[in-house]
Amino acid sequence: MLTRVAGLFSGRGFNIESLCVAETIDPQISRITLVTSGDEQIIEQIKKQLNKLINIVKVIDLSETESVEREMALIKVKATPEYRAEILRIIDIFRGKVIDVSPDYYTVEITGDANKLQAFIELLRHFKIKEIARTGTVALSRARKVFKKKEEE
Amino acid sequence: MKLTGAQITIQSLLKERVDIIFGLPGGAIIDVYDVLYDSPIKHILVRHEQGAIHAADGYARATGKVGVAMVTSGPGATNTVTGIATAYMDSIPIVVFTGQVPTKLIGNDAFQEADIVGITRPCTKHNYLVKDVNELARVIKDAFYIARSGRPGPVLIDLPKNVQQAKTEFKYPKELNLPGYNPKYKAHIGQVNKAAQLIASARSPVIYAGGGVIYSKGATEALKKLAEDFSMPVTNTLMGLGGFPGTHPLWLGMLGMHGTYQANMAIVHCDVLIGVGARFDDRVTGKLEEFAPDAKIIHIDIDPASISKNVIVDVPIVGDCKDALMKLNQALSEIHVNWKDKHKAWLEQLSDWEKTHTLHYQQPPDGPLKPQYVIEKIYELTKGKAIISTEVGQNQMWAAQYYKFDKPRTFLTSGGLGTMGYGFPAAIGAQAAFPNRLVIDIAGDGSIQMNIQELITAVSYKLPVKVAILNNGYLGMVRQWQQLFYKGRYSQTSLEYSPDFVKVAEAYGAIGLRATKPQEVETAIKSALNTNAPVFIDFVVEKEENVYPMVPAGAPLSRMLLV
Repeated sequence: MLTRVAGLFSGRGFNIESLCVAETIDPQISRITLVTSGDEQIIEQIKKQLNKLINIVKVIDLSETESVEREMALIKVKATPEYRAEILRIIDIFRGKVIDVSPDYYTVEITGDANKLQAFIELLRHFKIKEIARTGTVALSRARKVFKKKEEE
Repeated sequence: MKLTGAQITIQSLLKERVDIIFGLPGGAIIDVYDVLYDSPIKHILVRHEQGAIHAADGYARATGKVGVAMVTSGPGATNTVTGIATAYMDSIPIVVFTGQVPTKLIGNDAFQEADIVGITRPCTKHNYLVKDVNELARVIKDAFYIARSGRPGPVLIDLPKNVQQAKTEFKYPKELNLPGYNPKYKAHIGQVNKAAQLIASARSPVIYAGGGVIYSKGATEALKKLAEDFSMPVTNTLMGLGGFPGTHPLWLGMLGMHGTYQANMAIVHCDVLIGVGARFDDRVTGKLEEFAPDAKIIHIDIDPASISKNVIVDVPIVGDCKDALMKLNQALSEIHVNWKDKHKAWLEQLSDWEKTHTLHYQQPPDGPLKPQYVIEKIYELTKGKAIISTEVGQNQMWAAQYYKFDKPRTFLTSGGLGTMGYGFPAAIGAQAAFPNRLVIDIAGDGSIQMNIQELITAVSYKLPVKVAILNNGYLGMVRQWQQLFYKGRYSQTSLEYSPDFVKVAEAYGAIGLRATKPQEVETAIKSALNTNAPVFIDFVVEKEENVYPMVPAGAPLSRMLLV
């Protein structure tokens, strides 16, 4: 399925900013969360073309609804003794975690939406980032905030 | 009782009422061919797999049924790719079976292995690699349904050799298993009413109808009613020819790059454009920004992705052409307008344009033979009743301009992909479907050589296809572009050396005829029509005749080159 979606985007010249695939609660169905950009007509065309793929069950444009999104990144940043304390403070402010330590590097885990990750990465750049691995965005539409009355269910 | 995958394949084809397969066997499909040996399904053995896929396509276009092609793995499979892409662009229902190396060898660069599912992913409506014999019947059931339903298209099924040999209980599924596939046939009545209101407000409406009208059963009658009852002119795309009678007074001819003056002027000056089963292709629209500049646009199509893809439309109607047109006819009949009076001035204007800029050419009595004259003679002598296929290029455009198609499914041409070498095998496929009808391929001397090997297929199955070769010694359409836009630099378009087509025909056991003067045309055609065998007619025509009118690529329809 992934190749069909990726092939559709490359074949029709749509761009993929990030793409994330995994199983859903039904192991027969997987969820692809894809971030793309384009004007209204292009987004409309992307949705229609995706709907045409035979084994796509549903296409949801999360930008049209209330949704929550997260992305995780692992960042290997240079952490020589004189800067370690400052790096740790930044990690703390962003609620990241150090998951691996070596004499010269910290590897940091950080989760958040695109803006938060961007801000965090910008700050760490000052200390020299060696490598980054990002998962791409996953997202879900928000559940209804009001409790349903019994009879509605 | 347990059946092998090969037996299940043939049994499933029988369940789908397949009566004919076009193909060529090989090591990885030999098991299915072994079962085919004892089956009632007819098989047409081609000489190149591209011939098989185009023949299945021609069969499908002429009959409306799903065409079936069967080939082996690797090169057999890759040789069908051009034909699959051809069918995909023109929305033709085909199911292609390809052999594949055993599953345990897949990915090992085995002998005659190709990742055909990967290769054809962007040019099939859907495709399958069957890894488990238990899935096979279900896959075939779904494949046929996908191919023929909604916006039709080719579906490929890749059958590894061990799956053909594995056994399981055979039960052809009754229900489909396609949760994500649900083509919408019923047009939304609210949208139809909006369209009707828009049409009621129009002074100069025009209907622009494409291949969808032909593929939707019964839509051509509904289209005719729409045009006649509400006094509206119709223009067809290349793919739409035959969807509206070519001899009808309300017909404007084909539109687009080589469309008629009146059809293109109708688009330029209309105030409401009703697109039906067409996709606003660049060869039709010319410069997009200036396409139908003053018009509100209604677009009926079964494929939502075709709507507002190139041209933003005002009233989209997703649905089957017939259903939408019938609902539109009903809605319009409830609006009380004297349609004839209302559109009188507009129709007169169109008719004036036709008179001042009619399609024309000059055939000097003793001069070189004009290709247009050949087509007109074929039209006249077949009384417009033949099934015509074409190759691609000038031959295709002259056939579209000078043969008038009154009935759907009588014009078989590669519109979207523009595949040279399509017409001859497609004609063979159509002839196999209708042994008693007259099938003519209008070819060029370039195109015919792209699948000329299929002449032996026509001969061996006694398929009396006629091929009219408009032999101008050039790859004519490219030469025309070089003449008009590349300072006459005829780079690699001269076919100075060509085979003697009469001798080629004779070598294959077919009939070869030649006409070089206008006086010989009628005799040659009559002689071909009276021959119950495949015939090549080599019409040696004027070398540098051009197709006019012409809208240069990327120019607006209002900028036509007229000669």
